[in-house]
Amino acid sequence: MTVPISWYLVLASVLFAIGTVGALTRRNGITIFLSIELMLNAVNLMILAYARLLGDQAGQVIVFFVLAVAAAEAAIGLALFIAVYRLRRTIDVNRLNLLRW
Amino acid sequence: METFLSLFTHNTLTLMVFFPAIAALPLIFIPARQSQTGVKIYTLAATLVELAIGGSYLLSRLAPGASFPFVRELGLDGQPISWIPRWGIRYELAIDGISMPLVALTLVLMPLVILGSWKGIEKHWKAYGAAMLLLTTGMLGVFLAFDLFLFYVFWELVLVPMYLIIGIWGGERKIYAALKFFLYTMAGSLPMLVALLWLGWRQHEATGVWSFALADLAQLSLPLQPQLWLFAAFALAFAIKVPMFPLHTWLPDAHVEAPTGGSVILAGVLLKLGTYGFLRVAIPLFPGAALRLGMPLVVLALIGILYGALVAWVQSDMKKLVAYSSVAHLGFVMLGLLAFDLVAWQGALLQMVNHGLSTGALFLLVGMLYDRRHTKKFDEFGGLAKVMPVFAFFLVFSSLASVGLPMLNGFVGEFLILVGSFGSDVMDLRWATVAATFGVVLAAVYLLKMLYLTLWGPITRPENERLEDLSFREIVTLVPLCALMLWIGVAPALFIDPSTRHLDELLTSVRARMHVEGPGVAAAPPHDPTTPTALGGAAHTSAARPSTGGAP
Amino acid sequence: MNQLWLVPLLPFLGAAVNGALGPRVPKWLTTLVALAAPGGSLLVALVVISEWRHGAPAPFEQVLYAWTRAPLRIDVAFLLDPLSAVMTFVVTFVGFWIHVYSTGYMSHEKGYQRYFVYLNLFMGMMLLLVLGNNFLVTFVGWEGVGLCSYLLIGFYYDQEVPPQAGRKAFIVNRIGDFAFLAGMFALAQRFGTLDYRKIFAAITADPHALQTPYMLGLSFAAFVAVCLFAGATGKSAQIPLYVWLPDAMAGPTPVSALIHAATMVTAGVYIVVRTNALFQLAPGVLWAVAIIAAATAVVAATIGVAQNDIKRVLAYSTVSQLGYMFLAAGAGAYAVAIFHLATHAFFKALLFLDSGSVIHAMSGEQDMRRMGGLRKHLPVTYWTTLIGCLAISGVPGFAGFFSKDAILGAAWQAHIALWAVGTITAGITAFYMFRMFFMTFHGRFRGTEEQHHHLHESPPSMTLPLVVLAVGAVVSGWVGTIPFLHRDWLGHFLAPVIADVGHGHAHAEHGPGLEAFLVGASVAVGLLGIFVAWRLYGRDRNLAGEDAFIARFPAVHRVLANKYYVDELYDAVVVRPIAWLARMCFRVIDTIFINGTVHVGAFVTELIGDLGRFTTTGNVRNYSLYFFTAVIVLFCWLVF
Repeated sequence: MTVPISWYLVLASVLFAIGTVGALTRRNGITIFLSIELMLNAVNLMILAYARLLGDQAGQVIVFFVLAVAAAEAAIGLALFIAVYRLRRTIDVNRLNLLRW
Repeated sequence: METFLSLFTHNTLTLMVFFPAIAALPLIFIPARQSQTGVKIYTLAATLVELAIGGSYLLSRLAPGASFPFVRELGLDGQPISWIPRWGIRYELAIDGISMPLVALTLVLMPLVILGSWKGIEKHWKAYGAAMLLLTTGMLGVFLAFDLFLFYVFWELVLVPMYLIIGIWGGERKIYAALKFFLYTMAGSLPMLVALLWLGWRQHEATGVWSFALADLAQLSLPLQPQLWLFAAFALAFAIKVPMFPLHTWLPDAHVEAPTGGSVILAGVLLKLGTYGFLRVAIPLFPGAALRLGMPLVVLALIGILYGALVAWVQSDMKKLVAYSSVAHLGFVMLGLLAFDLVAWQGALLQMVNHGLSTGALFLLVGMLYDRRHTKKFDEFGGLAKVMPVFAFFLVFSSLASVGLPMLNGFVGEFLILVGSFGSDVMDLRWATVAATFGVVLAAVYLLKMLYLTLWGPITRPENERLEDLSFREIVTLVPLCALMLWIGVAPALFIDPSTRHLDELLTSVRARMHVEGPGVAAAPPHDPTTPTALGGAAHTSAARPSTGGAP
Repeated sequence: MNQLWLVPLLPFLGAAVNGALGPRVPKWLTTLVALAAPGGSLLVALVVISEWRHGAPAPFEQVLYAWTRAPLRIDVAFLLDPLSAVMTFVVTFVGFWIHVYSTGYMSHEKGYQRYFVYLNLFMGMMLLLVLGNNFLVTFVGWEGVGLCSYLLIGFYYDQEVPPQAGRKAFIVNRIGDFAFLAGMFALAQRFGTLDYRKIFAAITADPHALQTPYMLGLSFAAFVAVCLFAGATGKSAQIPLYVWLPDAMAGPTPVSALIHAATMVTAGVYIVVRTNALFQLAPGVLWAVAIIAAATAVVAATIGVAQNDIKRVLAYSTVSQLGYMFLAAGAGAYAVAIFHLATHAFFKALLFLDSGSVIHAMSGEQDMRRMGGLRKHLPVTYWTTLIGCLAISGVPGFAGFFSKDAILGAAWQAHIALWAVGTITAGITAFYMFRMFFMTFHGRFRGTEEQHHHLHESPPSMTLPLVVLAVGAVVSGWVGTIPFLHRDWLGHFLAPVIADVGHGHAHAEHGPGLEAFLVGASVAVGLLGIFVAWRLYGRDRNLAGEDAFIARFPAVHRVLANKYYVDELYDAVVVRPIAWLARMCFRVIDTIFINGTVHVGAFVTELIGDLGRFTTTGNVRNYSLYFFTAVIVLFCWLVF
């Protein structure tokens, strides 16, 4: 039996919500990135679900782009955090507030 | 590229405007440790060359007794030079009998400003020289621009060098004064920008063609309601610059904190940008609004005359006294402009020049005292005529010109303004004129107080006993100003006649377009208690006045 | 006649040359230039005037150049007509001799050269005033003499008092000038020109047009007349603007003689006579002029009674005599006003120069209580002073008698009260003049040993002008109205200048009985004044008479000596309130309100910034929250 589309959508939404909460509330930078990746993947899932539903192959291609962007962004972000860690010995975002007033 | 270069060889006005800026460029490349004197001489030379360029241009076109011609700069192809064609913004410089005196004033004052700053400015001369030269470009650009957008660009351009001059070489509260000057003026200019853009849009809507040229915009014949708002926006910017009461408080601070050269050029030319703006832009573009708002503005001008004089009287700082006297003098100019009478306009234009000369001289003199004693407070002086008789002579001379003594220039301007205003057939200004005339009494009060506290009486402080009288350089700075003050006072026709025809044309055009019916503006004309009748500002003043003669 | 322009120009030239030469050239050179200028002016004036008299009787105009051209045309031009001819003669003649006198009086002064620059400048300005053919040239001279007055009163500028006195003179004069200007504006607006002849032609062509209401409920003629007269009260020291003249005595004495006796102060009289057409059309104003003049005359005379400074007596005397001139004008007898102007110029200049001679002899002392008995030491001064005093007291034969009598005659025709005041004042005048005379020259010397030692008659440079002016003080009376003989050369000479408009001046000759009464009354009153003065101060009584008077009427004396406290009154009522207003404007309006508003604006902006910066926490999580919230909001807004 085919999995109803709504299951995919719900799953994607739940993952997105989890990712959002994580991105907003976690202190560890790596965890924030993890959450952002989760959000991206949730969106991917949703796109694929719709693509499958509507039979539009363009959706599949979009996912590739999103994955590439996610990878690039993760790479740069992690590089930034390495640099910050070398300087400040921490990646606790609460403590990285040099731009405070 | 070659069109760009040919712009300079072909068009002297462009050369005149931009030469100082170009002359300022090499100053960047001079190492900072280079001798200050070299830089001073270079700057002086630049201003003198500029005077030569401009002077020869003006003199070549001046014929005695005849009007100064209207000369418009055109590109190589004989067409006005387009700058931003998408919105019809043209690079349009032109000179006529109205701009000419102010251009001449600027050219003459600049070398004197540099000479006057010789001893007062001690460090960073290359920055100072560059700022002054850039300022010259800005000022000349304002006087010569005939495209409204270009006018605005030059208008704003003037702010930056002046800000630097006050803020770097100024007195104790220089930052405060510089910031106040800059922000105050800019706050006024922003509504002007909005109004300007609206005008351009309106022009496009009305004729289908984008243009910001003054001549085109003047043909717009707007209804009264938008005219009022537009005029108010422009008037705000200009009124701050003049300065008119109650927007004048930036001036005393700016003058007190600015170095001598800065004060001289600020009072000498920069204030005239405001009055020139009224004469060239605000009134011709919005004559209906100008008439309707004329009375309130006259009241403000009157307050400026009397209030400025009164406040000048109680100052303890010499520079502040002269600063407030500028408010008073320019009140006269504004009164003359708002009378919409040819004689008054002649007086107003002449007085713009006169004020530059006499107040410029006064600031130079205060600066000379400051160079010696590093103070501007009256109670530090007294009895100086005994030790500095030459200084005393020049101070008395300039003060008398400022007070409007006949035979000196100040009297001519004031007299023509007052006679013209009294006889104006557009607005009943008789009472206003009489009140303004009382200003000449107050002028004597505060100026004589200044002379008394500085020069006369026995010497009260030992530091004053060994002051040196004026040096050769200082005398050379003052003599041209005093000579002009005397010459204009004795033979003013020579200085007035070149401008009369263009003033007349402008005035005729303004008066023809003045009576605009306004939808929705049914309120009574601004009722002003100084006029005995309700004639003030009414749209239909006719010849129902008892005068049989009137000016021919 | 075409050299008319030289008359005002030569003194300017003299001032310029002496100014350029500076103080370090030999004194004889300065003196030469300083005397050549007014001397040349006098000669040219005499030549031109006589040439004019022999030629056409019509006024002569000379236009030099256009001061402004269009639309209001004002020329720098001169007018030679009977009035300006008389004035020019008086100014150049008296002026020249005062210059001569100054060479002696000021010979030891450090500022010798500067003095003559100013004095020549003054002459030039005064001549512009009287020779100008339009209101503007006259006004240039009008303010110009005010300037020279300021410079010369404050001549001893390193002392405390003279600069203050100069400043007071300038400012009080300026108040008058303000009124004068208002009058000029009205004239320019109505007639489109400021030219005397054009204006007066227009006035006589249509006088009634000027009598319709114009401003302040006055007719045009009345308004302009009031303005011009107000200006005249400043320049000619009438109530209420006379307060500068007594203080002006701080200047060198020849200055007082020239400026404050003979010339500058007469400018007001000149302008009223010049514009008599307007005054004729405003009879109310003429009444006001006459009343103010009479009041001034008597008030000033009473103050003069209690003054101890010899120059102050003469100063108040000048104010009083100017009152007489305006009284004549107010009564419609303009030629008589000019007559008295001329005679007064001679005897008042003479008296001032005499006082200068006395002060010079007394090594600078000016207080009469310390003089006395100078008759023996200063013979020429003594006799010339006597002549001056007799002239001013209206003793028959001397100039003052004729002119004063003519004034009283005109006053009688105007209103008997005016005549009464004038006559009483004549008595008081005689009294205080001879009080001065006796206190100074008779009795015992009351000064110090040092001063006594230095007493000497003045050098010829000073005594010669005294003699010349004394002759003038006698002779000048015979040119005007001579009672009983029905002769009035000056009156006829000036007749063309008097306009024939308005309420005509029916100055019929008095019947012989009335004439005798009037003459007798004025002579009697004058002799009475002399007699009382002689009783109190003559006969070697020295100061006993004065002391007795002070003892019996201390309050009266105090009021008079303090000039009715007018200066204090002005200070309290005018100066202090305006100063208070100015301070309020500065401290309250400017600083608190206007600047305050600006600062409030700046403060609010800064406040917003200060509060707003709390959003920049530097915390990434906050930023992502903002970001997220914004996305949600945007999404909702776009979709719903």
